[in-house]
Amino acid sequence: MGAYLLRRAVQAIPVLIGISLAAFLLIHLVPGDPARILLGAQATPKAVATLHEQLGLDRPLPTQYLNFITGAVHFEFGESLSQKVGVGKLIGTRAEVTLLLLMMATLLSITIAVPLAVAAALRRNRPVDHSIRLFSMFTFAMPSFLLGLLLILFFSLKLKWLPTSGYGSGFGGHLRALILPALTVGLYLAPILLRTLRIGIIDTLGTEYIEAARARGLARRLIIFKHVLKNSVIPTVTVLGLNIGFLLSGLVVIENVFSLPGLGSELVTAIGNRDYPTIQALTLVFGVSVVAINLLTDLLYSYLDPRVRL
Amino acid sequence: MNGTASELLAVRDLTIGFPAPGGLLLAADGIDFDVAVGRTVGLVGESGCGKSVTLRSLLGLVPYPGEVLAGTIHWRGEEMLTASGKRQATLRGTEISMIFQDPTSCLNPVFTVGNQMVETLRKRAGLGRREARTRAMELLDRVGLSAPEKRLAAYPHELSGGMRQRVMIAISIATRPRLLLADEPTTALDVTTQEQILALLKELQAEDGMAILLVSHDLGVISETCDEVVVMYAGRMLEAGYDREVMRSPRHPYTRGLIEAMPSLEVTDEEPPVPIGGQPPDLTALPPGCPFQPRCKFVRDQCAEIPVALDATLAEHGSACPFEGVRS
Ligand SMILES: Nc1ncnc2c1ncn2[C@@H]1O[C@H](COP(=O)(O)OP(=O)(O)OP(=O)(O)O)[C@@H](O)[C@H]1O
Ligand SMILES: [Mg+2]
Repeated sequence: MGAYLLRRAVQAIPVLIGISLAAFLLIHLVPGDPARILLGAQATPKAVATLHEQLGLDRPLPTQYLNFITGAVHFEFGESLSQKVGVGKLIGTRAEVTLLLLMMATLLSITIAVPLAVAAALRRNRPVDHSIRLFSMFTFAMPSFLLGLLLILFFSLKLKWLPTSGYGSGFGGHLRALILPALTVGLYLAPILLRTLRIGIIDTLGTEYIEAARARGLARRLIIFKHVLKNSVIPTVTVLGLNIGFLLSGLVVIENVFSLPGLGSELVTAIGNRDYPTIQALTLVFGVSVVAINLLTDLLYSYLDPRVRL
Repeated sequence: MNGTASELLAVRDLTIGFPAPGGLLLAADGIDFDVAVGRTVGLVGESGCGKSVTLRSLLGLVPYPGEVLAGTIHWRGEEMLTASGKRQATLRGTEISMIFQDPTSCLNPVFTVGNQMVETLRKRAGLGRREARTRAMELLDRVGLSAPEKRLAAYPHELSGGMRQRVMIAISIATRPRLLLADEPTTALDVTTQEQILALLKELQAEDGMAILLVSHDLGVISETCDEVVVMYAGRMLEAGYDREVMRSPRHPYTRGLIEAMPSLEVTDEEPPVPIGGQPPDLTALPPGCPFQPRCKFVRDQCAEIPVALDATLAEHGSACPFEGVRS
């Protein structure tokens, strides 16, 4: 397993270099002088020069890139241009929100998808299966901002169970504040998992080793929840990994609907303010996270399926 | 033979159907046979003739959407088809156990051999975790696997085909079953391993006195191992009797065809094997009367009218062909 993961990690290195290059070059790909765009047409040449120096734009490109990488390794990306605080620190506090949201959403989606997938697969092509398919199609097809607003309408405004927006205070408050956004994301993710898992279970149920397990006289519950589930979870893990990576950038909408101070809403703010250091840092963070999620998926995959531990 | 003390299994008029485009497909149609204590009975026939489905029905495991449409299965005098699902489940893996054709695909690839053996021993033999492990090692040793400790820690893909089949056999004899169902247990193995596995089964049988119901499309394997033979074709029984009699004086043209198609082990001056001509039957479009007609060298007009049933004139050796393969 070690060798396999090492190989995957090594394969990730060129990807990481690519991401860092893209993030770095971002500022140079914008047409015109970023400092001038930032400061406006009436800026004095002196102010422009100062900003150039602050952003390091006056140095040769390779040096700039090297500095960028060195900084990134220490999670330092210079000063935010719109908020007088270090970008690293800014992103750090916001990453916590997004990470927590993502984890809760994943957990919720698994909690929703697994029992439904088992129920649907065991009663395939019967009313239970059809209703589950209808439900998942519904939550999947609904735009997430709409789903989020509906949840707010019902749980926050009507029942007054949960806050409408914001991040709350204290860990308990954070968790409470994240329930609805996580549910919104989870309800989007669940149908994807459900579908893969349902197919996985149906396929696994037809295998000889499940028949052999039956012939060995194992209880139905043990067969389903041990033998069938572990095998059908394997393809689902890949799908989950891919989608979490994809979701990361999709969180922008959700964080805005619920006014959460996460990475997504920060990205929107930073773009609006042309806060290049923050944009660069966020690009890097998103890219690296996707790579990390993929590695994590591989780790989980090889843990679940001994055949890939080569 | 019905109701004698030595009788374990009595199958009568077993009929199993699958829904098919043109109506119903009978994968087994009026199957009758008995298995007595300690005996080995063989079910032989070409691919698709219903051997596996028949065997699985004995465990209540006819694959969906198939179902048993008629007949009775008596296990030690108790009717099993009408028994509760729970009662059927208690027989599986304890009194009756099964090994399969492809040992590669009948162990769960994501659990170790030890995990699957221990789980079975705990559930079926009621052992504790530690006892189950010890017993698992004894069993692996019993089926001729060296370094049992190492085998327990192995995943199925880390073992060879022959080793996996030995593991399956070890699991299946764990509860000292009275009957072992073996569905083509050696088909996926090379000739040497095949011989070893068959020898192992015989040896275990001699020790524990368990009966074996062996399914194979290979008449060579069947005649080498079995006391009695049932010849199946398109879901029907065409011939049945003691192995020696069937092999020495086959009474159905299909059985004769199977024997002629057998490659002989020794190089002799005899005629080379002759495969049976024609296509294996399409179960959805069988001719009226004898299903073997289209391929029978001795076919005559009456073949479309005679019912397919073993004659009762010879109790020990019946054939469904009243003409005994004699040209009209
Ligand atoms: N799951 C299934 N769905 C539909 N029909 C089936 C199914 N399983 C078996 N059958 C039908 O039952 C017939 C008998 O199948 P069975 O598997 O018992 O054959 P077999 O004699 O064991 O053949 P083989 O030597 O290939 O294993 C097949 O020809 C097929 O038409
Ligand atoms: Mg078969």
